[in-house]
Amino acid sequence: MTVVGTRRRAPRVGESAPRPDGVPKVQGRFAFGSDLWAEGMLWGKTLRSPHASARIVRLDVAPALLIPGVRCVLTHEDVTGSPYYGLEHRDQPVFASDVVRYHGEPVAAVAADHPETARRALEAIIVEYEPLTPLVDAEQALDADPIHPDGNLVRHLRIRHGAVDAPLPPDAVSVEGIYEIGMQDQAFMGPECGLAIPSDDGGVELYVSTQWLHVDRDQVAACLGLPNEKVRLTLAGVGGAFGGREDVSLHVHVCLLALRTGRPIKMVYSREESFFGHVHRHPARMWYRHSSAPDGTILRVDARLMFDGGAYASSSSAVIANASCFAAGPYRVPIAAIDGFAMRTNNPPCGAMRGFGAVQTCFAHEAQMDKLAAALAIDPVALRLHNALAPGDVLITGQTITGTAPVAELLRSLAGAPLPSDRSADDMLARPGGAGRTADDAHVRRGVAIAISFKNLLFSEGFDDYSTARCRLENGLVTVHSACAEVGQGFVTLAQQIARETLGIDEVVLAAADTTIGSAGSTSASRQTWMSGGAVWRACLAVRAQVLAAVAADHGCPVDSLEWVDDQITVPDGPPVAVRTFSEGRVFEEVVEYHHEPTSTLDENGQGNAHVSFAFAAHRAVVDVDVQLGLTRVVEIATTQDVGRIINPLQALGQIEGGIAQGVGLAVMEEIVFDNGRLRNPSFTDYLIPTALDMPSVTVVELIEQPEPGAPFGAKGIGEPPTISSTAAIAAAIRNATGLALTRVPIRPDDIALAVGGEQ
Amino acid sequence: MIDDEEVSYRLRVNGADHDVPGAWLGESLLYVLRERLGMPGSKNACEQGECGSCSVLVDGRLVCACLVLGAAAVDRSIVTVEGLTDESDALSLVQRAFVDAGAVQCGFCTPGLVMTVHDLLERPKAASEFELREAISGNLCRCTGYGRIMDAIERAFAEADGQRP
Repeated sequence: MTVVGTRRRAPRVGESAPRPDGVPKVQGRFAFGSDLWAEGMLWGKTLRSPHASARIVRLDVAPALLIPGVRCVLTHEDVTGSPYYGLEHRDQPVFASDVVRYHGEPVAAVAADHPETARRALEAIIVEYEPLTPLVDAEQALDADPIHPDGNLVRHLRIRHGAVDAPLPPDAVSVEGIYEIGMQDQAFMGPECGLAIPSDDGGVELYVSTQWLHVDRDQVAACLGLPNEKVRLTLAGVGGAFGGREDVSLHVHVCLLALRTGRPIKMVYSREESFFGHVHRHPARMWYRHSSAPDGTILRVDARLMFDGGAYASSSSAVIANASCFAAGPYRVPIAAIDGFAMRTNNPPCGAMRGFGAVQTCFAHEAQMDKLAAALAIDPVALRLHNALAPGDVLITGQTITGTAPVAELLRSLAGAPLPSDRSADDMLARPGGAGRTADDAHVRRGVAIAISFKNLLFSEGFDDYSTARCRLENGLVTVHSACAEVGQGFVTLAQQIARETLGIDEVVLAAADTTIGSAGSTSASRQTWMSGGAVWRACLAVRAQVLAAVAADHGCPVDSLEWVDDQITVPDGPPVAVRTFSEGRVFEEVVEYHHEPTSTLDENGQGNAHVSFAFAAHRAVVDVDVQLGLTRVVEIATTQDVGRIINPLQALGQIEGGIAQGVGLAVMEEIVFDNGRLRNPSFTDYLIPTALDMPSVTVVELIEQPEPGAPFGAKGIGEPPTISSTAAIAAAIRNATGLALTRVPIRPDDIALAVGGEQ
Repeated sequence: MIDDEEVSYRLRVNGADHDVPGAWLGESLLYVLRERLGMPGSKNACEQGECGSCSVLVDGRLVCACLVLGAAAVDRSIVTVEGLTDESDALSLVQRAFVDAGAVQCGFCTPGLVMTVHDLLERPKAASEFELREAISGNLCRCTGYGRIMDAIERAFAEADGQRP
């Protein structure tokens, strides 16, 4: 055996590693999309509909073109390729032509040599609208006249599992409820941005902040009427995403302007425009009935899920599939009848946001479990444990869990965690509302409750999901190339760790993410650790095999007589071979396209092995509530999470804390407010996300490491679960503090204060 | 150029004078820094003073650069995140603490937070965690939930205390 030296090596898998982009980010030198600049660059801006539904009766851009400095104005007539784009269905116009279907729909775009000139040009464009009555209720959309040629129903997913026609036993206990969730915004800090540069071959280079370069590329090329190879995308630094960059936003507009003017075009959305420019989390109305035996054994779950997808399809069909498949939560449910609907309305389009359909139903199924526990006079944790899913159990979609599912472990561990100490009555800042609006200390009540979440990892329903990665070893340096979008989650760190772990070399650099390599798929669905991490791992393993074969050939010995120890290879006939030295002047390179195990579609009863793997997390919320003013303060969130294996402990903690923050926001702060389809609060003044003062302390009670079969190093993606059940736990804790039903999130002060006032 | 009267002025940023020729009077300091002077470190997340991502020091006072007109910052001493260290590759103790604590994810809020914490270090230390949280509550972060940022601040204070005589 070779003695491994004591020199300090860069972190491997399982160790906390610093981000390779951390230093430039703290220095302000990291190039986000909005920081890009090109010689001769013009500024692009978008004109958007002020109406939720209207006919365009006149569109005249001539006045805008008269403004000095305005170089170009484009409308639907100037789209050189397909007039439509879309993530799953190409149903969304690049520019509205005859009608507008939501407040904020793009109508025209301008390019000018100063952003203020471009803004004035937008004001000069004449658009006459004939306003129509908007369809703003998803339930009504089922029977209303279609607002789109494709109809109002995007998808109805029907799940019928078990003996749905059999009567319940006479001693069955049933609880019913209707739950609602408002529209949440991803509110990533870096607004949408892109720089398009026309290229000599008639194509275009687009530098854009996105989640999925290749699916963007396909849509952009189709709308430009160019072959894919003439549209080259490079990831520009991404200031957060959370699902909101999975759809195309400014991509086509900025490229059309660049191709028309022959000049580089930069587009950066303002915060207000960002609220109009990306999809949001689906608002939902959900009816549930849970039925159990008197001992708490769940017999049956019925649910009807009505999701408002807004004017265009985006990823609504996948969101409603997730909502429906996981509608019953992580419990054994022998009979289920679930109807999930994703509808078109004249509200803004909804699509991906962290948790992707599971957030909405988790809020509902966890409220139902508490209601059932109360009806049965059983402890809520005990009821959940009694019904907890475990490996080998069958889901309501008929699929058997073959991987890990530590549901009971998560609940037991969380339930055993100590509670935070009582609030100090003297500390004004610790009361709900802080020092600003604090009521009498005697009006503050504390609530405690738990919730648990359940969601798939990776893409489902037969989607051929894959990721491509290249590993190159040359002169002691490892270069990893993947089109995986780093959006802040830390793939860049993880890829380095995996390469170091596999090849023993500290020096690992990442090539820019772009479309010169195959797709890495989307940075969504908690999939990049598994998919692009898995592709990088396999590419590194292939390079490792090449190196071993070369060493074996040089030394005339069989490969299996060699041993790779850190950065050296032991050989039978002499001193160990240093990998660094061996790779001087040689190139070892491999490109791997990694596909996960195939899944199947869901049949007419919503049955099928549609999912690859599942992840779970549990949250316990402690919330102080001023019942007279309706103010809340989330005191602590304690959590346990099913992680498979932790690749980077520090980064895992950051994902968990950050995900919980978004759950806190949805529970008590965040909602996009509408007035008959018109978006009323598109700013950080009026749409409030948690500040440091709103955010509770987070206690990670336990991360349960049960390696997941098939996942690289056994690691499950960890980004989404923290967001899913934290909202449900906080809502339950406020119910616990107030005794109110509180069936809608976000819970607003008047939901509490008026209800409590009414009781008194 | 815009069909308005143009203005020309000079700004003192990070100890050096910069000419701003032929600008539109309505340009914010943030726009001038980012788009005219090649200093994009200060970020443009809300441009209405809610998020703190564009925090800079003007005559030693922490302000949102989006709320200050560029032309109103003439004759002031402006410090941006690019000017926190003398050498381009060096890290201030606050920047080092953010990297070490894992306080950076997407990093868009980071330059503004780094400026805010630098400013905090110049003040009497906040007595409680709540006060510290309140002190940074003008800086929004969407990725981290603030946990590692609070840790970075504690590290920065500890390091600064160790450096004080």
